[in-house]
Amino acid sequence: MTEQAQLLPGTLDLLILKAVSLGPLHGYGVLLRIGQISGQALLIEQGALYPALFRLVRQGLLEADWGTSENNRRAKFYELTSTGRKRLREETEGWNRLATAIASALATRPEEI
Amino acid sequence: MNLPAYLRSLAARFFHRSQVENDMEEELRSHIQHRADDLERSGLARAEAERRARIEFGGYAKWKEQSHQALGGNVIETLLQDLRFSLRVLRKSPGFALAAVLTLAVAIGANAVVFGILNALILRPLNVPQSESLYAIERGRDQAINHSYPDYLDLRDRNRSFDSLAAYDLAAAGLDTGKDLSSVWVQEVTGNYFDVLRTQPYLGRFFHASDEHGPNSAPYIVLPWAFWHSHFQDDRGVVGRVVQLNKHPFTILGVGPPGFRGNLLFLSPDFWVPIVNQEQIQGASILNARQNRTILMVLGHLRPGVTPAQAIADLNSIGAWLEKTYPKDDGQMTFSLTHPGLAGDWFGQPLQAFLMGMMLLAGLILLAACANLGSLFAARAADRSREVALRLALGSSRNRILRQVFTEAVLISLVGGVAGLAGSVVLLRALSVWQPLETAPIRVPVNPDAKVYLVALLLALASGFLFGAVPVRQILRTNPYEVVKSGSIVRVGRRMTVRDLLLVVQIAICAVLVTSSMVALRGLVRSLHSSFGFDPRNVMLVSADMTMGGYSGDKVPAMQRRVIDALAAIPGVKAVGSIDRPQLHYGANADTVFADKTTDLRPANAAAEPMMYRISPEYFTAAGTALLAGRALTWHDDKNSPRVAIVNREFAVKLFGSVTSAVGAYYKRSDGARIQVVGIVENGKYASLTEDPQPAMFLPIPQSPTSQATLIVRSNRTPQQLTAAIKSTMRDLDPGLPVDMCTWSQELNDAALFASRMATVSLGVMGALGAMLAITGIFGMAAYSVSKRLRELGIRVALGAQRKEVLQAALGRPLKLLVLGSAVGLILGLLATKVLAYIVYQATPRDPLVLAGVVLAMAFLGLLATWIPAQRALSVNPLILLREE
Repeated sequence: MTEQAQLLPGTLDLLILKAVSLGPLHGYGVLLRIGQISGQALLIEQGALYPALFRLVRQGLLEADWGTSENNRRAKFYELTSTGRKRLREETEGWNRLATAIASALATRPEEI
Repeated sequence: MNLPAYLRSLAARFFHRSQVENDMEEELRSHIQHRADDLERSGLARAEAERRARIEFGGYAKWKEQSHQALGGNVIETLLQDLRFSLRVLRKSPGFALAAVLTLAVAIGANAVVFGILNALILRPLNVPQSESLYAIERGRDQAINHSYPDYLDLRDRNRSFDSLAAYDLAAAGLDTGKDLSSVWVQEVTGNYFDVLRTQPYLGRFFHASDEHGPNSAPYIVLPWAFWHSHFQDDRGVVGRVVQLNKHPFTILGVGPPGFRGNLLFLSPDFWVPIVNQEQIQGASILNARQNRTILMVLGHLRPGVTPAQAIADLNSIGAWLEKTYPKDDGQMTFSLTHPGLAGDWFGQPLQAFLMGMMLLAGLILLAACANLGSLFAARAADRSREVALRLALGSSRNRILRQVFTEAVLISLVGGVAGLAGSVVLLRALSVWQPLETAPIRVPVNPDAKVYLVALLLALASGFLFGAVPVRQILRTNPYEVVKSGSIVRVGRRMTVRDLLLVVQIAICAVLVTSSMVALRGLVRSLHSSFGFDPRNVMLVSADMTMGGYSGDKVPAMQRRVIDALAAIPGVKAVGSIDRPQLHYGANADTVFADKTTDLRPANAAAEPMMYRISPEYFTAAGTALLAGRALTWHDDKNSPRVAIVNREFAVKLFGSVTSAVGAYYKRSDGARIQVVGIVENGKYASLTEDPQPAMFLPIPQSPTSQATLIVRSNRTPQQLTAAIKSTMRDLDPGLPVDMCTWSQELNDAALFASRMATVSLGVMGALGAMLAITGIFGMAAYSVSKRLRELGIRVALGAQRKEVLQAALGRPLKLLVLGSAVGLILGLLATKVLAYIVYQATPRDPLVLAGVVLAMAFLGLLATWIPAQRALSVNPLILLREE
């Protein structure tokens, strides 16, 4: 496992939305999917996932339903709602703008001023 | 979801673990299982895998808690959880819970009762339509509410500010319904009274201005609903019935609406009759006497758009006209407006001041109770520091713990508040049907309404937050690691803690309450033993109103003389005298007098406005009033001889400079009559016990006749024997004359001492409540301090400490706080007695007995409260204690 980075505040919600947008997942699945798509580079406390999931459900961005997992266990599956999809698009754009701005700021060299 | 279903689900959630809770548990468990599956696949044993999965998950309780919060909308859920937990905690310490609830119930109850009375008498509008624009007219600098009938007519007809003005007077009358003879209170009202108050009859009809056609032209009666209900058993046939009032036929016209008792809050008349029939009711008519101001009140609705200030200006211009037109009769005709419910500001203002004072004291009681509970809560928080630390260590947030503490406090405050409110409702209901005086139709409806409930519950909630807030700092500062490591720490610091301060505040408040009740009690005792200018012991008062017996004109004094002679002949009777109105009876007549040389007899030139009494010659002997100089009156001072009077010392000094120069001197009455002073008597109390010395004059009945008479019968027989003898004597004289009698002491209790007695009782109750709170407060503190330091005390005893030293160590601090608090409270209480002086006779703070009383009382309370803790401290057995450690 490579060295893991702490999450910036607020980014967990975005990651969850992204993970779920790729297909319905249960809680543990969300964790695995984030690990997979981030190349295991991000450190997420397992328990911290659930307050975030419940918050997103309450905001109407996610829908949850009980189902059976690939391990043949009962699990709650999360899916993106249409508002969730919209929010994901907005947040992604916002994040990209921010990342570009910060990257270009950090890439500035003295002679460019 | 509809409301019942919502409540059901709420209840279900309260008593069972909720669906949400189960769901969440299952989901979190499912996560751990999935993780364990993965770990198992990587080669771990199942048990080890599950263990590892749980560790990786992190603080399970913490995440669950946060998930709960994230779910939101679970405020109620959390509240219910807290509530369940609080109930469990409180059930575990029932003593604490009971003490807290009782303390608060008492405090909230006291507040609810006082507020209920305040609400009923001051805040609640009069029970008539549009009461906000209804005003009574006050006159002159003294804000007198009484007027003369001719003045009333001028005010009514000349003003442009009122819809109309009504007026009324109160009188007693003899009622003969054909079955029995009784004395009733009637309100003599102007014909337009009901129209001015805008009320409609419940049954039959009211009389109106159009029914008045001069003196004795309207022999009609309107019954209040309550009197109809109690005396005529809701008989709808009473309308049109004729009853005998003072042996004159009066027709019952109708019945007023339920709840309508006229415009006075504390008085319920038995009848309403037209004032034009005054002569039949009172034996004489003052309807034409402009100087005779016996109309009790003039009132009316302001016209729409007219402000009170405009109305006052309007009235004052009429007043100026009256002064100019009737210089002999009318002086000081400036006016102001007041609310009609409490008979004007002369009565309403002291009452309001008293009730406000009581409200303040009740507030102090609540504050003391909060201080008490606050220190209890702080002590509990200290004891529970281990539990708090554990919960913090297990991932509970401080917010959550605080919320739980507040839930506990509010729970106690609500239960206490509801209990207190229930008690106060019972008390207020009882007060509402209570008729405090036998001799007057006084009844105060103080039934609680929604406002009272609301105020009580708000107070309860507010106090819950107040005392719940005391341990907050303590909890916020808790360091879980320290506490779990070393157990709760008792600091025996010299520093004043919040808890100490609370105790001092509480004791100070209690000392204020105890001081004021002592001052009131002393005042009452003193007024019972002060010099009234007469001796009420062994005296029976017999009131026989000749008008009620149908006597009039010259027959009145003749009959009075016969009554006096007949009563004086009863064996054991020492003296019998007659006076128109006993001293210290409700109200008194007063009249202006002038120096002999004054010729312009306008009110502005008056030398004094003495009390005026009309007496029979033997009055002073019967009343036990000392004659200081000159001679007594005789039956020869009659219509054919020069007019004479006996005056009191104050009168003599005021008009003539001294007692000796007054004998034989002359003065003038407002009608111009020259009167010679033949005797001087000692000063007395006339209108109230708290008054300054007042001038008074006593005129012989034959020279100034009156039909009102109260007979003063002094004897050496018991009241029971005397009552029977007087009754049979009076029956022999005239069986148709209604007779009321009671002992003079009883009468004084009713009339003159009523206010100070009520004040003393209410202050006494407040004082007792304060004392109770002081005891529980000191007891709590002392018991707590002893129990915390048992180990230290044990070691001291083991090292050979004496009993005195043990006690000092255990109880020194609470006692020091007691002394400090008492001193502060005593000083504040003495400052507060200035307020008491309104009602209580000679309420003075510089009374050694009061000071000693307060000090003794507080010392006694301290002793009582620390007795049990002291016993416990002394019975410390070091061996057992040390073994337990």
